[in-house]
Amino acid sequence: MPDALLSVRGLTAGYGAAPVLQEVDLEVAPGSIAAVVGANGAGKTTLLRALCGVVGATAGEVRMDGTDLRGVRTQDMVRHGIAHVPEGRGVITELTVEENLRLGHSWRRDKADGRKATAEVFELFEPLARRRKSAGHQLSGGERQMLAVGRALVARPRLLLLDEPSLGLAPKVTAQIMALLRRLRDDTGLTVLLVEQNVRSALSIADTGVVLSLGRVVAATDAATLAADEDLRHTYLGF
Amino acid sequence: MDRFLFLTVDGLARGAVFAAFALALVLIWRGTRIVNFAQGAMAAATTYLGYSVTAASDSYWLGLVAAVFGGLVLGAIVERGLMRFVDVRSPLNAVIVALGLVLVIHSILGIVYGSRYRAMQVPFSRESIEIGGTALLSPYDLFVFGTVLLVMVGLALVFTRTDIGLRMRAAAFAPDMSRLLGVNVGRMLTLSWALAAAVGALAAMLVVPTEFGAHPHSTDLVFVYAFTAAVVGGLDSPAGAVVGGLVVGLVLSYVSGYADGDLSAVAILVLLIGVLLLRPNGLFASTTARQV
Amino acid sequence: MAYLRTHTLPRHLLLAVLAALLLLLLTYLLPPYRNYQLATAGAYVCATAGLTVLVGLTGQLSLGHGALMATGAYAYALVSDKLVDGGTTGIPLLVVSLVAAILATMVVGFVLGLAGARLHGPYLAGLTLTLVIVVPAITTTFAGTLGGDQGLSVTVDPPPVGLGAAFPFERWQAWITLTAAILTVFVLANVVHGRPGRQMRAIRDDEVAARLSGIDVARTKVGAFVLSAATAGLGGGLLAVLTQSVAPGAFSLTFSLFLLMAVVIGGLGSLAGAVWGAILIVVLPDLADSLAEAMPVSSNLAERLDGNLAIGVFGLIVIGVMLAVPGGIQGLLVALVRRLRGRRPAASGPADVGPAGPAAPGPGVDADRPDASGPSGPEPAADPARPRTPSSGSPSTTTE
Repeated sequence: MPDALLSVRGLTAGYGAAPVLQEVDLEVAPGSIAAVVGANGAGKTTLLRALCGVVGATAGEVRMDGTDLRGVRTQDMVRHGIAHVPEGRGVITELTVEENLRLGHSWRRDKADGRKATAEVFELFEPLARRRKSAGHQLSGGERQMLAVGRALVARPRLLLLDEPSLGLAPKVTAQIMALLRRLRDDTGLTVLLVEQNVRSALSIADTGVVLSLGRVVAATDAATLAADEDLRHTYLGF
Repeated sequence: MDRFLFLTVDGLARGAVFAAFALALVLIWRGTRIVNFAQGAMAAATTYLGYSVTAASDSYWLGLVAAVFGGLVLGAIVERGLMRFVDVRSPLNAVIVALGLVLVIHSILGIVYGSRYRAMQVPFSRESIEIGGTALLSPYDLFVFGTVLLVMVGLALVFTRTDIGLRMRAAAFAPDMSRLLGVNVGRMLTLSWALAAAVGALAAMLVVPTEFGAHPHSTDLVFVYAFTAAVVGGLDSPAGAVVGGLVVGLVLSYVSGYADGDLSAVAILVLLIGVLLLRPNGLFASTTARQV
Repeated sequence: MAYLRTHTLPRHLLLAVLAALLLLLLTYLLPPYRNYQLATAGAYVCATAGLTVLVGLTGQLSLGHGALMATGAYAYALVSDKLVDGGTTGIPLLVVSLVAAILATMVVGFVLGLAGARLHGPYLAGLTLTLVIVVPAITTTFAGTLGGDQGLSVTVDPPPVGLGAAFPFERWQAWITLTAAILTVFVLANVVHGRPGRQMRAIRDDEVAARLSGIDVARTKVGAFVLSAATAGLGGGLLAVLTQSVAPGAFSLTFSLFLLMAVVIGGLGSLAGAVWGAILIVVLPDLADSLAEAMPVSSNLAERLDGNLAIGVFGLIVIGVMLAVPGGIQGLLVALVRRLRGRRPAASGPADVGPAGPAAPGPGVDADRPDASGPSGPEPAADPARPRTPSSGSPSTTTE
């Protein structure tokens, strides 16, 4: 992949002395969905956090469309086209649906496009449109996930980092979210880096897959090959 | 009955000021889980600034603007230069540092201005206007009401209608998530402190001239009353702070009107102990437990 | 030596006796004015030692110790007045009045402790701050009994005739307060090193864990407050003896803040630090005033610098301590002793304060950790710096 949107080289990161991630290499092509899978504690969430600068990296480099992201503060990642939907979704429960969405694009100069993007999100997620004035804590789990994804989308990101979107959701809702990601990729050329426990559904929509184990990349190839590799599944994914 | 009416109106006028000051405490508490114990001293400093500017320019209004602007700057400096570096793992640390700041400010004010009470002017008459044979409000009371109301409405609009207000609330509620959404949380904290200190400065400018006169310790009682107001309302709630301020104002007015002026401070202590022991989350809190 | 290492009570007794002898000698060497200052420091030690136990060990922040001292002082004045009317004189007058001061303050401390047991940091701080601020209002409200702004005067009998007619009154005052201070620190040191102290630390570090391990959190917190109030009341009573008067002006907000700042600067949770702090409250204003006098400024400015300069210096020091040396003076001394002995802090084993210990601003907060047993200053009586038994290092296991 010569023209990767996101390219990670030798990334080592973690909390305190012991690194959780060790020399991770990763490339995500523009307009593709990459799934990062692995057992609990493999470092999947830490990878996303390190990409956003929430967790400090001790070595390696991260490039977004050729731009070195070292030294870029977390709060500026969104200005480089990276939107992060964290584990547990990060909906600010004290704010309303509308306010959460407004916050998603409040950093942008183009207010008109921010409003347009918000309208698009309401079209995409009709339940949200009905609950614009509701506070975050009044939403169901599925609605919160929609809000979290919608809030990321109003920033018009080039790269969407999604951490465990299926967590705590009914299978039907998970399927809807996955289908939506595929549609966004096809319709808008959105690039997605998806971290999932739910390996089956993640690999089913992804173009490429990366298997993390104990902080290292043990396999990286196209998603279909990964899904078909029984050895790999048994060893690292446990099914 | 006339007396009751008079005391009620008088209490609400005084309470409005404590409400504003309590609101400033709540602003910082919500964002940082810090009760700014230095807010009284900071307001004393800005009051002196207002006093000096008024004395030099002979304009009350210039002094008022200078005090409020001084509050903005002082609040930002205190956050940027001091509170940001406090280890917040223990909630005591911020309180202790704020108290150290209180001593420093009192010391500087004492050295610059001495400990003489300085009379300050007010822009309107304090003679009550008679309405239907009852002396009720003075023009100055109306000015206080109007100013506080303006501040409250202004703050409410800023926080609910503007992007910067939204970002400030988000930074207070969920700093980590806000950063991921492009919010400069550090700047929002500085802004919250600046805004809170400006509101505190304004409140002090409204109450110090009529009740105390400029003095390094003139805002000690204001802080205590406002703290009580904020606790009565539940420290997390801006609306609660306003109601709490009015309650404190009424208690002060009734006690000093029907009993003895010296008793009013004691009454506030009783109110504070009562609320803390019976309803520690404030009189208007929902059932959620406080996480401190 | 090994015996003293493992047996706290005899060790504390020995230290108390040594301190008493040293201070006795000192009172004969110092001129009257310095003896008076020494006496004042002794009274402050009672209050700061109790305060540092409360704040440093249980994590309850009291800004109201000035008000508690005022309670003790007024109780002393009222009771001694009645006793004098009844014909009591000399040592009995002194002791009974001081006991009354302690008991009265314990009652107030009990009420505050009840509130404190339910409240967290800033709430308790705000409540106790309010208490301090309303002290003048209370004295005015009950002006008939408490004398309003003027306060009350206190009769203090001259030294016992057995000491000789020429015995300086200031030395006698120093004897009174230093005896009280040594007793206070002795009692507190034993509390701190015993089971109550371990329980207090356990609560400070993790209230839930402490409760789960069978500690009665509310009772321990209230107990700590009552204990701390008792020593503050004693300190207040002693101040009444020293100044022979009681007035609200002596127990201002600034004074209360001084007490808290003193224990922070000395080293929160450390009894030795409380002694350093008490000395600082006496010495610092003196130094600042001398400095102000030496400065070539107008008499007008010099007048305003008087007192105010010390307040500012106190504030600056406490801010500096909080940001840079959370262990305070005692923490610095302990580190210095370690360095002189060529040992690294790591050699002292795991610190008993977790990284997020609620009331512990940092390492070196407790003076009573291993390796701190060396001579740490001229006040051995107040130095609880002795190795603890290993079992006490882990507060959450205190289940007995």
